[in-house]
Amino acid sequence: MTELSRIWRETEYRYNLIGYRCKNCGNSYFPPRDICPKCHRESIGKMEKVKFSGNGEVMSYTVVHDAPPSFKRQVPYVLALIKLSEGPVITAQIVDSPEENVEIGTKVHMVFRKIRQDGDSGIIEYGYKFAVNQ
Amino acid sequence: MKVLSNEVYIIGAGETKFGELWDKSLRNLAVEAGLKAIENAGIYSKDVDAIYGANSLAGIINKQENIGALIADFSGLSADGIPSLRVESSTASGAAALRDAYLSIKSEEYDVVVVGGVEKMTDIHGSDILEKSSSILDREWEAFFGATPAAMAALIARKYMHDFNVDKEALSMFSINDHLNGSKNPDAQFRNKITLQQAMNATAVADPLNMMDCSPLSDGAAAVVLASESYMKKNKKEGVHILSSAVAEDYLSVGSRQSIYTLTSTKLAAEKAFKKAAIKRDDISFMEVHDSFSIYGLLELEDLGFAEKGKANKMVYDDIKLDGRLPVNPSGGLKAKGDPYGAVGVGQAVDAYRQLTGKAGDNQIKDARYALLHNMAGTGASSIIHILGE
Ligand SMILES: [Zn+2]
Repeated sequence: MTELSRIWRETEYRYNLIGYRCKNCGNSYFPPRDICPKCHRESIGKMEKVKFSGNGEVMSYTVVHDAPPSFKRQVPYVLALIKLSEGPVITAQIVDSPEENVEIGTKVHMVFRKIRQDGDSGIIEYGYKFAVNQ
Repeated sequence: MKVLSNEVYIIGAGETKFGELWDKSLRNLAVEAGLKAIENAGIYSKDVDAIYGANSLAGIINKQENIGALIADFSGLSADGIPSLRVESSTASGAAALRDAYLSIKSEEYDVVVVGGVEKMTDIHGSDILEKSSSILDREWEAFFGATPAAMAALIARKYMHDFNVDKEALSMFSINDHLNGSKNPDAQFRNKITLQQAMNATAVADPLNMMDCSPLSDGAAAVVLASESYMKKNKKEGVHILSSAVAEDYLSVGSRQSIYTLTSTKLAAEKAFKKAAIKRDDISFMEVHDSFSIYGLLELEDLGFAEKGKANKMVYDDIKLDGRLPVNPSGGLKAKGDPYGAVGVGQAVDAYRQLTGKAGDNQIKDARYALLHNMAGTGASSIIHILGE
């Protein structure tokens, strides 16, 4: 319950799929990072926020049956590694379609959803999930 | 002035049984393992220069930090002022403590150091443990979105099986080997053998991984006593030589890595460890590898340099068996011996010490000369390798 500031400070990135781009080498990163792992100190002060398109494809996926309490209501859910069209690979759920429609290579796009709920009276956290392109 | 070298030896080892040990607390376990190791080494508390204690999750599971002081206190050593520090490196905490202790003797600061690893994981209600154990991942960008350690391993497994056309059976064979070996290890959590059918058809955890692909929740502790060569010779003791110790890192999140099924940290640490030990892969008599999930066992065979990428499935039917070309996890591994996070890496050293001194009982490997121990943090973020031998 005391996690509010921890969650609040990441909302910009989680709500809008904002990462960072290194102006030195042009690489894009998600999650946000302050230093480019390729350029090291050359990237200091040269990391700029970038909003990703939200388009990507499934690199891999799993159906989670055994989940922590805050995800219990969603079980079973599809969790995937999604390669964004800008390059970064992110970990997110795939929703709104039966798992049979998800395969390696399936094209997906970002949607805004409830992520988890901290018990019955706890805060509800939001962020990105992905849905299969029609 | 030291006459002999500062080479480092294991001169004693001990561990608790691994498993669901409801009657034992975090401190009971740590003390039990430590005393067994000290007794086995034939030393007294006055001989101990320092203690390095490994633990991963006591802060959030048992709500106890300050583990270094806890271990020293309940081992009866507080009044002597013996330094006791905790080392944390997630699921590789054990090997991290072993390495720090090794370096402390290498640097000639100490002569005798006790390394302990302890984890008490069953003092928690139901699936709450998944919330805690997911702290070995990137909390904000993996676990926040519903990832668990098993789910991340499953993502790696799916892509690996897809790209290299490897079937699920190959993964199951790794668990079958662990259980077969565990059945002969009195300290193992699971002493039952499993069939291919049982391994293939167990309850789903994170598809394609089922319960038989996943290490259990375990309580347990392990300890070894390290000594400098000069101390050992002067006191007419015998030991197992630590030929090399190496560590390397990779990105914390799986998605950030160059290849999701390449354990780069393992690859880099293995290169360093073999170079420093000055032996070849062919010289290794057996390995203990960090197979918290069956898929990691296959990746480790490859990234440690014993199989080409995508070809480890050729080794899992015969080579890795106790009487095979390269026995893997004679102890039962993380699947059958158990997976008490911070104790795992030290437990591997206990097993290797027993093997290399010919005291491994029913699991004894004939003519065992060199052992490779591989302990890994999280999904491969850190790998720590020790090569032990003559
Ligand atoms: Zn850059």
